[in-house]
Amino acid sequence: MARVFFPTSLQQLTGGLEDCEVEASTVRELFAKLEDRFPGIREQLASAAVAIDGDVVPGALLERLDPDSEVHFLPAISGG
Amino acid sequence: MSRTHVTCVLNGDEIDFLCNDYQTLLSALRDELGMIGTKEGCGTGDCGACSVILDGQLVCSCLVFAPEVEGRRVETIEGLAEVDHLHPLQDSFLEGAAFQCGVCTPGFLMAAKALLDRNPSPTETEVRYGVAGNLCRCTGYDKIVRSILDAAARMSDPERQKEAT
Amino acid sequence: MTTTRTGYKWVGTRPVRHDGLDKVTGRARFGADYATAGMLHGVVLRSPHVHARILSIDLTEAAAMPGVKAIITGADLPDIPDETGTGSEGGINFRDLSRNILARDKVLYEGHPVAAVAAVTLRAAQRAAEAIEVDYEILPAVLSLEEAMEDDAPVLHDDLFTLGLDSPPDRPSNISRRRVIARGDLDAGWEEADVVVEREYTTKAVHQGYIEPHAVVAETGEDGRSTLWCSSQGHFAMRTYTTKVLGWEPGDMKVIPAEIGGGFGGKTTIYLEPLAALLSRRAGRAVKMVMTRSEVFRATGPTSGSVMRIKMGARRDGKLVAATAWMAYEAGAFPGSPIGPGVMTVLACYDIPNVLIEGYDVVLNKPKVAAYRAPGAPMAAFAAESVVDELAEELGIDPIELRLRNAVTEGVRAVYGPKYRKIGFVETLEEARDHPHYSAPLGPWQGRGVASGYWFNFGGETTATVSINEDGTAVVMSGCPDIGGTRAALAQMAAEELGIDVHRIEPVVADTHSIGYNDMTGGSRVAFAVGIAVVDASRQLIEDMCSRAALIWDVPREEVEWVDGRAQSVTGASAPLTLEELASGAGATGGPLSATVTVNPRGAGAGFSTQICDVEVDPDTGLVTVLRYTVVQDAGRAIHPDYVEGQMQGGAVQGIGWALNEEYIFDRNGVMENPGFLDYRMPVASDLPMIDTVIVEVPNPDHPYGVRGVGETGIIPPMAAVANAVYAATGKRMQDLPMSPVRVLEALSGD
Repeated sequence: MARVFFPTSLQQLTGGLEDCEVEASTVRELFAKLEDRFPGIREQLASAAVAIDGDVVPGALLERLDPDSEVHFLPAISGG
Repeated sequence: MSRTHVTCVLNGDEIDFLCNDYQTLLSALRDELGMIGTKEGCGTGDCGACSVILDGQLVCSCLVFAPEVEGRRVETIEGLAEVDHLHPLQDSFLEGAAFQCGVCTPGFLMAAKALLDRNPSPTETEVRYGVAGNLCRCTGYDKIVRSILDAAARMSDPERQKEAT
Repeated sequence: MTTTRTGYKWVGTRPVRHDGLDKVTGRARFGADYATAGMLHGVVLRSPHVHARILSIDLTEAAAMPGVKAIITGADLPDIPDETGTGSEGGINFRDLSRNILARDKVLYEGHPVAAVAAVTLRAAQRAAEAIEVDYEILPAVLSLEEAMEDDAPVLHDDLFTLGLDSPPDRPSNISRRRVIARGDLDAGWEEADVVVEREYTTKAVHQGYIEPHAVVAETGEDGRSTLWCSSQGHFAMRTYTTKVLGWEPGDMKVIPAEIGGGFGGKTTIYLEPLAALLSRRAGRAVKMVMTRSEVFRATGPTSGSVMRIKMGARRDGKLVAATAWMAYEAGAFPGSPIGPGVMTVLACYDIPNVLIEGYDVVLNKPKVAAYRAPGAPMAAFAAESVVDELAEELGIDPIELRLRNAVTEGVRAVYGPKYRKIGFVETLEEARDHPHYSAPLGPWQGRGVASGYWFNFGGETTATVSINEDGTAVVMSGCPDIGGTRAALAQMAAEELGIDVHRIEPVVADTHSIGYNDMTGGSRVAFAVGIAVVDASRQLIEDMCSRAALIWDVPREEVEWVDGRAQSVTGASAPLTLEELASGAGATGGPLSATVTVNPRGAGAGFSTQICDVEVDPDTGLVTVLRYTVVQDAGRAIHPDYVEGQMQGGAVQGIGWALNEEYIFDRNGVMENPGFLDYRMPVASDLPMIDTVIVEVPNPDHPYGVRGVGETGIIPPMAAVANAVYAATGKRMQDLPMSPVRVLEALSGD
């Protein structure tokens, strides 16, 4: 199961939960399952950058998740 | 508005062109003569990207009015190389990776040429002051200074000069 | 992906770059070097006020002037919904972008564009712009972070409500967003700490300082299709952004990349491009626009000024146990400072169990900030690395040793969440500690400082094509502008794979109609991401050529191998086929030899740098002179070491300028007082010593040759390294940048 970490700004929606495990094989599936559990979270996630195992993946919805993947939501980073 | 007719020696050739009185030498080179190798970085004489050599003197071409070059000798980046080989400074800049984006490079080459023309074997400090009127934002100057020192060494060593061509 | 190996023929060598000859002869064409017959010249009318409502704009007189062909104002641009782009345009708000290009109802900084004019000559355009009558109602301005964050501060945007607060705000403010990172138990952390240091730091807005001003030529046809020649860090993004703010179709615009005269992040957005394109459509002629240096300073870039309060606690043994950081970054007139990477990087070098980081993105009446080399990280490192230095002194531990005791390593969870993969931070510290520079003697009024920095690096969407010509030479085509030698690096990787001479390969930066999409040259991504695509395309070609050799020889594919640029029979039954033979006969074996690869790679290896700085301080004038400087940085693998060193040296020197001289100076009305290179003092050759470099190579397992980005990390440590050196020389902690002679003298006279 993928492990999802919630930034402080989202923890209001998750009732203070900092992380949780979700059975999902893609980011899209992960978002859907998170929305079921924490209504309204998908909208918040839309503007975040998704980092899978430490890598920010732009447009990550279809990205595959491994069973031991870690997912973080980060502010968008623009390089110079 | 009537335009001014200017005759000068540009990179060894006598040429003439028409310009407006208020036009800078930089603008005349680029806009009237199509010689785009001389760059504009600031237009106020602070960055050296437009450096050319006027009667042997390094100048910012953005600070010279075009009509002022009447009857004078102008050297620009386009005249630095010979038909079949580069100037040693150009070789050194290439081999020493003395530029990244390259927009300041023509100005640096002209400033370095003016320096070596009057001081063929400068010290590092003399090189640093010799090009202190030229801004480079990419390199931190390290490889530029080394390349100018290398070119000076090449030019004073006939063996290396032969090698380079 | 294969693991790295040593003993390369081209990777790690220093060939003359392919675009070099054009750049030493003046033939290379940069943004302002394009011209078309009969083109018009465009200029921008800019606001003289810092904050004002536009009551009316009267174009009557200007439009009637001789030679004037088109004038546009904000009313000519479509309204764009207030949404932040996602995906590859992550973080861009196109409504704000559009309003920065041309003001609508309000001007928000001095230099904010109000109108643009195209005329037959530059002079005619300038005169017409002066004849435009704008009636302004001047509004109270906010010019500092402190003012902007006050409860009763004048508000720039009536619809800006702070995101990220515990409870949603009921009224607008100048704080666009609060970001928080928290972990562990701070109270327990402070309890455990034997030594605690808390300090406040400030930095001023500084400009990227590229030598080439922004420039564009736009030509729009009668059919509405247009061509842009412009210098940018990414012509695909220029097309996306320009067409977005104009409401045009991207497919109708071709952007041809000029050589780019420096960017450093500042050329990742648009300013003139849509103005020139729209003026061209209105006038039916090509339009050229070039900024003056003053315009570059007043209306592009810079990066944020900042205020930061850092508190860190350590045990007697040197273990960092708790840290807090409060950071506010200036965004300029529209939201979007690099506070996100600021809060993520500020403590990213260290494994600290108990942390609270709070960051604010604040709008105020200054130009909208743009990306600048490792955006958000350098100022954060100035603060954090100064505190670490102070802790080291209090603890009596060598500053590099203290960093080593707390350094993040593979598997450690970064303060912002994810675990680090293979990284080389410890290696940079050890190299710095063991470098002769670190133990060299110092004289009176001289001091040595050390600092480190971290940057993420980026992959990004990428297309590359490798094609073989009939003579066995190759073309490597990418869509990322070459700012510092990436053509050579890509050619080297292709040469290594194909087994041919690097100068038999021509690397090309193709326009938007000639190659698939590419993200910008930014995020230190080109040698990494485009490198992966070029290597994959080369390998596909080799596979294809081996198959064709098998076809020619009528043997199974397994009996062919690729060695030194030739297809070879493993049995020795046939004479080898060279690249030239395979290419010239390609028509008979399936058609031309070419392979295109598209990728969006993960695994851009994180970058770390540790830098050592020696300074001498003149006690009479306050002048700080850098005597010796060493940059140690993990490049993963240096494809072309000259240009890797160049990135490290250039980044360090930009940081030295930021530390000692550079700052935006505004008068009391918010008008920039130093919009030129004479008064905005960037380092020149005579200010500096040689910049020594040590390239550490801890290969990135996610790149075929181990590349990590190197473009950005080098600018992160310098300000703290210089400040720590100034302390060592004078006993004074400099907490406000720049450390100009006046400030240093003030600090010295505080005794």
